[in-house]
Amino acid sequence: MQTRNAKIGFFLFGIYLLLYGGFVFLNAFAPETMEITPIAGVNLAILYGFGLIISAFVLAMIYGFVCRGDDGSTSKQEDAP
Amino acid sequence: MIYEPSMIAVIVFFAFVGLTLGLSFYLGSRAKSSQGYFAAHGQIPWFVNGVAFAGDYLSAASFLGICGMIAFYGYDGFLYSIGYLAGWIVALFVVAEPMKRLGKYTFADAIDAKFQSRGIKLAAGISTLAVSVFYLIPQMVGAGVLVQPLLGFPHWVGVVLVGATVIVIVVTAGMVSTTWVQFLKGSLLVVFSAVLTLMILSRGFETKSGGEDGYAFRTLGPFAADNLEAGIKQSTGFEDATVVPASEAWGESPYVHLEEASGIVSVWRVDSVTDGQVVLRESQTVSTTDDGTVLVNGEPKGTKKGEPELHPVGYISQLPGGATDTGSLGPVSFFSTLQESEVVLWGSETITDDGTPTTVYYPKPTPGSQVLRPGEHPRFQGIRSDEPVNKLNFLSLMLALFCGTASLPHILIRYYTVKDESSARKSTIVGIASIGFFYVLTLYLGLGAMTSGAMDVTDSNMAAPLLARSINEWLFAIISAIAFTTVLGTVSGLILASAGAVTHDLLTSFMGMNLTDYEKVRVAKIASVVVGAVAIVLGILFKGLNVSYLVGWAFSVAASANLPSLVMLLFWKGVTREGVIAAIIVGMTSSLAWILLSGDTFAKVYGLDASQAVVPFSQPGIVTIPLGFATLVVVSLITRKPTAE
Repeated sequence: MQTRNAKIGFFLFGIYLLLYGGFVFLNAFAPETMEITPIAGVNLAILYGFGLIISAFVLAMIYGFVCRGDDGSTSKQEDAP
Repeated sequence: MIYEPSMIAVIVFFAFVGLTLGLSFYLGSRAKSSQGYFAAHGQIPWFVNGVAFAGDYLSAASFLGICGMIAFYGYDGFLYSIGYLAGWIVALFVVAEPMKRLGKYTFADAIDAKFQSRGIKLAAGISTLAVSVFYLIPQMVGAGVLVQPLLGFPHWVGVVLVGATVIVIVVTAGMVSTTWVQFLKGSLLVVFSAVLTLMILSRGFETKSGGEDGYAFRTLGPFAADNLEAGIKQSTGFEDATVVPASEAWGESPYVHLEEASGIVSVWRVDSVTDGQVVLRESQTVSTTDDGTVLVNGEPKGTKKGEPELHPVGYISQLPGGATDTGSLGPVSFFSTLQESEVVLWGSETITDDGTPTTVYYPKPTPGSQVLRPGEHPRFQGIRSDEPVNKLNFLSLMLALFCGTASLPHILIRYYTVKDESSARKSTIVGIASIGFFYVLTLYLGLGAMTSGAMDVTDSNMAAPLLARSINEWLFAIISAIAFTTVLGTVSGLILASAGAVTHDLLTSFMGMNLTDYEKVRVAKIASVVVGAVAIVLGILFKGLNVSYLVGWAFSVAASANLPSLVMLLFWKGVTREGVIAAIIVGMTSSLAWILLSGDTFAKVYGLDASQAVVPFSQPGIVTIPLGFATLVVVSLITRKPTAE
């Protein structure tokens, strides 16, 4: 049961690692690319930064949905307030 | 700046603290067993726990430090937001479910689940204590920072006040009340930050030449650099001004002293604009004379509003298309407008003349496109240099932030307050949503503060509350009170984590003490008081540092000490007991040592020259996190039993 969740988690983690790594390395080794303004006069630094935060949320939601009903927990489901 | 406490602020503040304490006492009466004390009986609903994650995590550093850093330097502070949030991905995808599955009360439980070793409990317990205390420092500093303008108390009173309140919260009720306090403040923080952001957007930008006190900073010139005095005398109002001959120390600096017609001597920064032409920008100074008098802009500092003090700063000098007022802005046009504007930021430098240090705060008109790009803060300027070593500091910090979250003991213990792995996962997702939303807002808050005209040049940590005050007094009172409860929430979580480590890991497991349930709770309460007292002392000692930076260090220590064991236990069967112990000890000591030997500590804590520092850059993560992993693997291989499974 854990292995499936762990595999999904690891896969999604890999995706995020690439995004985050891309951001960090772009900042470190080509900081001038962060100044270009591709969309609506907003620069890449802000777009990429917001993108990272939003993609963290999206990946977390994907994980939450894919793992549903697969958690092997012993107690009742959906005890949401 | 001179801060006058306002009645509204005091009332709101005590209402918040009273509510928090009342909640603690009420819930405290219901938690008696040690399971209840340390893990809230595992009965916290996942949604509440998720928001409590936000309450736990969005500490004074996130709120005060990041906003302050953005307000003073622009985009760079947002790099912390990004890194802090990214760490949650590690927490969710890698650590959350195993932590819940393996442990019971503390981080050491999970690490030690496979080995049942006293040595591991000892090492993990000590690392929990070390990280918690390190993380406590910035929270306490933040508390002092807040109380000063709010209630008019000096820094140390704020620190003692927070310490005492938190000790009461933790001692009365443990994890149950801590969780609900964090839930409360987590929700309030996110909601009111959103309100503040909406107000910033509806206020828009307008051009000014000074802060909200109405003082307009003057600029003279441009005129020829080689004939400064003649140029000055041609400026309106400066016909009778004379240039005061510079002493040796000032002679090398880019400043001139002008004695104006009023007799007051003002300090001006000489900025060259085109070849041979310069402009003079009015600067602000603070100096302490031999007899202890504090001089502000050449006059003795006042004690009340209206008397001499540093003028508030932070304004836009040019808007795109020569506009003077933008009216309300949208979330996107906020950035695109700022991108095309010019903002006046303020730098500072200290000049020591004849034993008297004078701090000069000078205006730096900066294009918006520079404000919104990374690499402007002195700490991040390395990314714009050609020296690879300078880039390492940045990489190191971003790595530590990424790896640190999932290794923070007070975050990890929150996995024991829910009932199962599924709830652990769901509450992490709720946590990511609320924390992520808040971090998006930090960029608006910080830039809003930057252009609010209310900034105190001496204290970047005050940016968020001052921004609120520039909008209205009630908002200031509420935001400050929330920030204060933010400190309370985070500090209580940290103290609880430390108390748990002392009770379970050090006393029960390592020393082999056989404590009854009742005794465990009592020992934990005593430990809370001790840790709280230590935190108070450290909070007073580390007064002057930007709180976000201190948190960066706590993350480095947490990631170096705890992450290697956590991760390797999950993914490698060959881990041995000795490997875990060695990894924790090596990770913790190497990162601590690195920090203590770094240029930043040399300059800001010991008061020495940063260039004398032993280590080449300040952030340890990029060296000590891999070192932790390497130690674990090497020691595990050496100590592996020949008949391994």
